[in-house]
Amino acid sequence: MLKRLRENKSAQGTLLVTPTLIWMIGLLIIPLILTAVISFGTRNADGGVIYGFSLHNYARLIGFTNDCPDGQASCFDSLYANILWRSLTLAFNTTILVILLAYPLAYYVARAQPKRRNTLLMLVLVPLWTNFVIRVYAWMMLLREQGVINSVLGWIASRFGIPFSPLQMLYTPGAVLVGMVYEFLPFMILPIFTSLEKIENALYEAAADLGANPFRTFLRVTLPLSMPGVVAGTILVFIPVMGTFIVSDILGGRQVILVGNLIQRQFLDARDPTFGSAASLILMIMTLIVTYFYTRKFGFGEEIIAV
Amino acid sequence: MNPHRRHPFIRVATFLVYFFLYAPIIILVLYSFNASRTNVLFEGFIPSFGPLQTDGSLVTQSPCGPFHWFCELSRNQEVGLAARNTLTIAFVSTLISTVIGTMAALAIQRYNFRLKSFSQLSLYIPIVIPEIVMGIGILTLFSQLFGIINGALGLAGDARLSLGLGTVIVSHIAFSVPFVTLVVQARLAGFDKSFEEAAMDLGANELVTFWRVTLPMILPGVLSGGLLAFTLSLDDFVITFFTTGPGATTLPIYVYGLLRRIITPQVNALSTVWILIVLSVVILLQRLQSREAK
Amino acid sequence: MSQLSEYAVELRNVVKTFKTPEGTMLNAVDHVDMNIKNGEFFSMLGSSGCGKTTSLRMIAGFEWPSEGEVFIEGKAQGHTPPFQRPVNTVFQSYALFQHMTVYQNIAFGLEMEKAPAEEIKTRVGRVLDMVQLNGMERRSPRQLSGGQQQRVALARALVKLPNVLLLDEPLGALDLKLRKEMQLELKAIQQKVGITFVYVTHDQEEALTMSDRIAVMSKGKVMQMGTPVEIYERPSSRFVADFIGESNFLEGTVQAINGDQASVLVPILMSEVTGLNLGNLKLGEKAVVCIRPEKIRISEQPAFKTNSFKGAVKTTTYIGSDTHVYVDVSGLTIKVWEQNKISSLDPKAYYSTAQNVYINLFPENTLILADR
Repeated sequence: MLKRLRENKSAQGTLLVTPTLIWMIGLLIIPLILTAVISFGTRNADGGVIYGFSLHNYARLIGFTNDCPDGQASCFDSLYANILWRSLTLAFNTTILVILLAYPLAYYVARAQPKRRNTLLMLVLVPLWTNFVIRVYAWMMLLREQGVINSVLGWIASRFGIPFSPLQMLYTPGAVLVGMVYEFLPFMILPIFTSLEKIENALYEAAADLGANPFRTFLRVTLPLSMPGVVAGTILVFIPVMGTFIVSDILGGRQVILVGNLIQRQFLDARDPTFGSAASLILMIMTLIVTYFYTRKFGFGEEIIAV
Repeated sequence: MNPHRRHPFIRVATFLVYFFLYAPIIILVLYSFNASRTNVLFEGFIPSFGPLQTDGSLVTQSPCGPFHWFCELSRNQEVGLAARNTLTIAFVSTLISTVIGTMAALAIQRYNFRLKSFSQLSLYIPIVIPEIVMGIGILTLFSQLFGIINGALGLAGDARLSLGLGTVIVSHIAFSVPFVTLVVQARLAGFDKSFEEAAMDLGANELVTFWRVTLPMILPGVLSGGLLAFTLSLDDFVITFFTTGPGATTLPIYVYGLLRRIITPQVNALSTVWILIVLSVVILLQRLQSREAK
Repeated sequence: MSQLSEYAVELRNVVKTFKTPEGTMLNAVDHVDMNIKNGEFFSMLGSSGCGKTTSLRMIAGFEWPSEGEVFIEGKAQGHTPPFQRPVNTVFQSYALFQHMTVYQNIAFGLEMEKAPAEEIKTRVGRVLDMVQLNGMERRSPRQLSGGQQQRVALARALVKLPNVLLLDEPLGALDLKLRKEMQLELKAIQQKVGITFVYVTHDQEEALTMSDRIAVMSKGKVMQMGTPVEIYERPSSRFVADFIGESNFLEGTVQAINGDQASVLVPILMSEVTGLNLGNLKLGEKAVVCIRPEKIRISEQPAFKTNSFKGAVKTTTYIGSDTHVYVDVSGLTIKVWEQNKISSLDPKAYYSTAQNVYINLFPENTLILADR
C-alpha cells in the first residue's frame, strides 16, 4: 500500500492537504453557506431561525421595510442603506489618509542606512503588536471632553486669556476616522516599505543619469514600482475597516453606526440572526467586489507577506 | 549626493508620523500612574508609600506607591484567567495551524491534485473578507450545531455543548492556517530541489529526506508562519468575540469589557504591561537578528 | 558634438575620500589626473578597489570629488547633479526599469528632454536598429536574456547622443563567447557614432582589444596612461608589466649604462642581462628585467654571446596555435611562448621534458624597469 502511495503523487498531495481542507470547509465554507441560507430565513420569537426562503431581510437593507410610520404596508427607509454607504466612505477615506501618512515614513525608512533601518522598522512594529483594543482606548483618553487634548488646549487658552470650552471630539465620525487611521497605519507602512526597499539604488541613479530631476524620478520610477506595496496595504486596511465595530463602538458611541455594529447588534442585542446574516453577506459581497476591481486595475500585492 | 533622499519634507513628515504613532501610547503609559481613580484627568503621581488612603476620587497613599494600579492588576483574578486563556489558545492554535498549514503549503507548492484549486481558493477567502463575516458565520454554525446535538442527545446543564475555550481554539486555527500556508509557500517557492535529490541519491527515502533535509531548510519559513499565527491569535478580537463563552475570556475581550464599565487606571496599567512585553520581544528580536547577521 | 576644449573629459588632481567601516579615511581616488580626448575609446583598467569605478561615478555625477575638479567639455562640473550633465551611463547591473517595456526604457531619457513624440519614435527605432533589437519594443526586461538586457541598457544611454558615454563593466555578467561578440560590437558602434566612450573594466584583454588609450589604475592612482601598444610594449613599472599580459621578471642591480640601454647583473643567473633602460635607472640602482614570453627565442645552441642562457625544459603546454614552454634556468622558471609554425604530428618536432635548450633574449625586446 505504501508503494502505491509513493507512486501516486496526486494522492500524496491530497493527503497532505486534507487536515487543512477539513478545517477550511468546516469553519469557513460551511459557515458561509449557512450564513447565506439563514439570511433568507425569518426570526422566530426566541431569536432563533425559521428556515425558509424570503428576501425580506435584503429588502430591509436596501430600504424597503415593513416598519412604517403612518401604518403603511411598506415604505422606504434608507437607514440601513446609509449605514452601508457610511462604512464604504469611511473605509475609503481611511485608506487614502493612511496611504498619505504611511508613504513618506516608508520611503524614509526604505532609503535609510541598514543599521538605522532595522531600528526604525522595529519602532513601527511596537504599536502594531500592541493590542488593537488598547490602541483604541488610548485615543479615547485623548479625545474625551476632559481628555488630554482638551486639557492641553484649555491650558494654552488660559495662558492667552482666550475663553475656551472643551471641544466635543469623542463620539463623532471624526473620532472614528482618526481611530481607524491610527489602528491601520502600520499595516500600510510595512508593505510599502517592502516594495520600496526592493528598488535597487542603481535605478535612482539611472533615472537621474537620463535627465530626471528628483520629482520626476519619484513620479516615473519610484511610485510605479511601489504600487504592489500600496495595493497590498490597501487590502490590509480596506477590508478590516469595512467590517470593524470596535472602533466605532468605543470612539463613536451611539452616534456612529457602521455595518459591523449593525451585524454585532443583530446577533447580540436585537437577536435577529437572519437579518444579521443578510447584512454580513452584503458586507462580504461589497468587499469582494471592491477588492476584485481594485486588484484587477492595480495587480495583486505580493507584499502581503510583509512580516 | 542623492539630495532627494534627505529632502526636508520627508524627514519632517516621517518625524510627525512617528510622533502620531507613539504619542497616544506614551500618554497611556503615563496615566497608569495616575492618582485619580476616575482617570479622567491626570492628577499626578501617588506620592507616598504606605497603607491605602484616599481623598475623594484621589488615591493619596498606597502600599505600592505610584505603582498602585499595577499592584491592583496583579491581584486581579479575572486578568490572570484571561491571560492564561489567551496564552493557552495561542499556543494550541499555533501548534496545530503551523503543522497543518505547512503540510498544505507542501501540497499546493509541489503536487497537483483534484482539489487543488478549491483548496487554494478556500485559503484565499479568509484573507479577503472582513473578520466579522467569518466570526458570525462560525457563531451561527456552532449555535445551530450545538442546538441540534444538545436536543438530539438530550444534554442539559453542564453537559450541554456550548461556546468556550474549545470553540475559540478551533476558530483561531481556521483563520491562522491561510497565513501560515502563505508564508511557508513563499519559502518553498525559492527552494532548490537539488538538495533533496542529493539526499535521495545518497540513500535517504522520502520521509528521511523530508525530516533531515527539507524541513530544516524551510524551518525559518515555518517558524515565521508560526510566529505570525501566534501573533494573530494573541491579538484577535473579532473572531474570539463571537466564539467565546463564559470562562473563556481572553485579554482583548476582557479589556473591551472593562472599557464599557468603569475605567480605572488599572486598564492603563494592563496596557503598559502589555506594551512593555511587546517592547522587550521586539528588542530581543532585533538583537537576535543583528547577531545572526554577523 | 561641441568642441569647447580639446578634451571631452578631464580630471585634475581629483581625490575621493571615504570612511571605511572601521572608521579610518581611505582615498579611493588618490590625486588622479586624466584627460580623455574627443571621440576616443578610453578605458580605465584595474582590479577591484583601484578607484576606476569611483572615478567614473564622479564623471557621471553620482559622487563629488573631495578635492580637485572634474571637467566635461572644458566646463568644471562642481556639484552639478547627474541629470544636468551631458553624459550618460551604462550600469553594471543594467538598472533597467522593470515596470516599463523596452521601448519605454529607451524613450525615458528622451521624454526627460521633452522631445516631441514623433522624434522619440524615430530615434528609438534607430538605436534599436543599431543594437539589433528590432521587434523587442513591447517586451518587458524580465523577458530578455542577459545579452539582450545589456543592449537595452546601452541603447537607453546612447539614444540621448551624449557627449560622453560611461560604461561600468557592462560585459561582466555575460558568458565568454557573448562577451567577445559584444566587445566587437561596442567598438564598432563607438566608431560609427563617434561618441567618446569611457569604459571601466578589470579584464585587460578587453581593454587592450577595444581601447584607443588605457589608464591602468591601482589603489586609487593612475599607474600608466597610453595606447595599448605603449602600455604593453613600454610598461612604466613592474606593476603594469605584471598586470598586462605575461612577463618574466629577473631582479638585479644596474652595472652599466650605454645610451638608452643598460646592463643589469642578475645574481641568480650569475650574469649580466642587457636591455632597454625604460626606467631611466642610474648605476647601482635596483632594477627588474622584464621579458615577455613571446619575445624569447629557444634554440639548441646559444644565439648570442650575451643574453643567452642555458636551461632545461620543465613542462610544455600545447595550446593549439602556440606551445607554452616552461624552462628551468638556474632554478628560475622562464615562460616562453612559441607559435607552432609547423604542422607536424612528429613528437620530435615538439620540446620534450628535460631537453637542454638555450633561451635567447633580444636586447631591444628586453625591458629594464624600476623595481616598483
